[in-house]
Amino acid sequence: MTTTTGAPGEAPYTESTEGRVYTVTGGDWEEVVAGVAKGDERIVVNMGPQHPSTHGVLRLVLELEGETVTQARVIIGYLHTGIEKNTEYRTWTQGTTFVTRADYLSPFFNETAFCLSVEQLLDVQVPERANTIRVLMMELNRISSHLVWLATTGMEIGALSMMLYGFREREVVLDIFEMITGLRMNHAYVRPGGVSQDLPPGAVEKIREFVPHMHKRLAEYEALLTGNAIWQRRQKQIGVLDTEGCLALGVTGPMLRASGLPWDLRKEQPYCGYETYDFDVITRPEGDCWARYEVKLDEMRQSLRIVEQALDRLTPGPVMVADKKIAWPAQLALGSDGLGNSLDHVKKIMGTSMEALIHHFKLVTEGFRVPPGQAYVPIEAPRGELAAHVVSDGGTKPFRVHLREPSFINLQAAPALIEGAYIADVIAAMASLDPVLGGVDR
Amino acid sequence: MTEQESVNPDTPRPADARPSKSTRGPKKGTTAAPPPTASASVAAETAPAQDTGGPSTAVDTVPGPPEAPVYRTGMFGVGGSGDTSGFGGLQRRVPVAAPASKPYGGYFDDIDGALAQAWADYSDALEKVVIHRGEMTIYAKREALVALLRTLRDDPDLRFELLSSVSGVHYPDDADGRPLHSVYHLTSLTYRRRLRVEVAAPDDDRHIPSAVEVYPTADWQERETWDLMGIIYDGHPGLTRIFMPDDWVGHPQRKDYPLGGIPVEYKGAEIPPPDQRRSYS
Repeated sequence: MTTTTGAPGEAPYTESTEGRVYTVTGGDWEEVVAGVAKGDERIVVNMGPQHPSTHGVLRLVLELEGETVTQARVIIGYLHTGIEKNTEYRTWTQGTTFVTRADYLSPFFNETAFCLSVEQLLDVQVPERANTIRVLMMELNRISSHLVWLATTGMEIGALSMMLYGFREREVVLDIFEMITGLRMNHAYVRPGGVSQDLPPGAVEKIREFVPHMHKRLAEYEALLTGNAIWQRRQKQIGVLDTEGCLALGVTGPMLRASGLPWDLRKEQPYCGYETYDFDVITRPEGDCWARYEVKLDEMRQSLRIVEQALDRLTPGPVMVADKKIAWPAQLALGSDGLGNSLDHVKKIMGTSMEALIHHFKLVTEGFRVPPGQAYVPIEAPRGELAAHVVSDGGTKPFRVHLREPSFINLQAAPALIEGAYIADVIAAMASLDPVLGGVDR
Repeated sequence: MTEQESVNPDTPRPADARPSKSTRGPKKGTTAAPPPTASASVAAETAPAQDTGGPSTAVDTVPGPPEAPVYRTGMFGVGGSGDTSGFGGLQRRVPVAAPASKPYGGYFDDIDGALAQAWADYSDALEKVVIHRGEMTIYAKREALVALLRTLRDDPDLRFELLSSVSGVHYPDDADGRPLHSVYHLTSLTYRRRLRVEVAAPDDDRHIPSAVEVYPTADWQERETWDLMGIIYDGHPGLTRIFMPDDWVGHPQRKDYPLGGIPVEYKGAEIPPPDQRRSYS
């Protein structure tokens, strides 16, 4: 196959068995299509994997009849990093470091899902305070994840200011994360048995300041977007998927709730003590992009409600199980060179207790053993049902970890949303799916 | 969890499990130590006839559940290191989930009862039911998978509307010789119930019926399991690779597929890649 340069203003093309293949890298669409043979309106457009509105390295192959999409194929795998395979070669504690990188917009959910399954196999109960901190972090994370969705969706539909505002507020949440865990993303903060360390001084105050700030900002977003005629016409009646379609295709989370079914695992099959929090499950009956926008916006308000309740019930106590065969011995402390073992602990193991040193060494290098069996504990992540199917053979490393990633499974619904629609609506529909390719490809 | 449980996870086997050990005897004798093969086969032949007991006919003297094969020895997963600590003699056996007996407790009995009522072939298709840590697993024959899933989805007393997850697990030392497992996590939104269904296939006949016709959501998940585990789902509308490139050789998530990696130097010392490091399991 040789590439032929077209007439001036026309895209270069190659002849293939499937017909003439144009390579379009930019320029004016009218000029590009002017060169296409007249009479045949059917063209196949390859969108991605490097397209700004595909949320990472997603590739769509669209068959167009004029401006209508007749067939859509989703091609993934460009970000497959073998997270599940890697966990089989690390200890259970190190596992959180890997799974947190799957869906990089919701790291706390990945960690918690993994840890809940491991704890189910270990048959341990996490202390009250650790549970509250998990809920607190997850709900803040839900807000930051939804904010990225709102920001990117705004950008893709043309509301560029929304992109800036969304990322601006997300930055505030990430600052809170950095203060508490030391990292903005990929925290490995939630560990089997609890969380890695307690909240530092000032964290609670910082989160308390954030809550009214965020309420104010959410009102601003609504003032900016909800009444906007362009925003409405780009979203209403676009990408419709009803409840039956959602369930058949395995779609969960805000998309399912936007089709009218109030299915939220925090209410239906509570974990981490969610049954004791007071919040509403947001639903909309329409099942279109607009409904998903409204659901996600209101979910951020509900998350703020949960954050406030979690802050109120933070009572002093341990943040890790008491079992010294599971909990890492060191209490982390902030030193001059960042976060590390507390000096008191180092002094103890190096100076006075040989056994403590051996125990520390064994637990950190070898890890703890998890009884054989398998567990699957689902949680409500920002994009839907997230769970880690964890299999143990009784060793110090996972035998198999499989992440049930809502991004991956929701993305299957893409052809159902966009086939038969205009190509311009592909962008809006894909944005409402909210796929995060780190989670899709793992 | 106690140390004892984790090291030797299996509960004592019931007496009726013993014959399977005898059939396994010759195989183990040939691979492990050198007892005269003739006597091993004699033991296998005479065992069913009588059951006096044990120690004299036992081919291996290692205590423990008889039917679970040893899949790992030593403590650190390395050999030939001149280890004199004695840990090299440790043996780890394949964990086998013990079947549960009725009543299962909770809603598990309701699921079991509704299945038996709604589906005539249930008792034939069922291999065992395992209840562990509050989760129910139905191990079924692979031929019956689609009918089982259809019953679970359609029966008004079951109503598992959502197939949450399909995942594959590779047990290279599976006690039944069927290392490739396909695991289905089902959710009933009506009854707020969870159920796990597991089917297995041998490595030289790695076919499992596709669930796509019952649950369309299985489409990508079965492609993923084919891609990473090598399970062929019969009846799948387009079983192609999904994560790896189309021309990839091998199935990376299998246990016999190496992780790969390169040694890393850190402060003068060389750290081997993760799959060649000491293993403590």
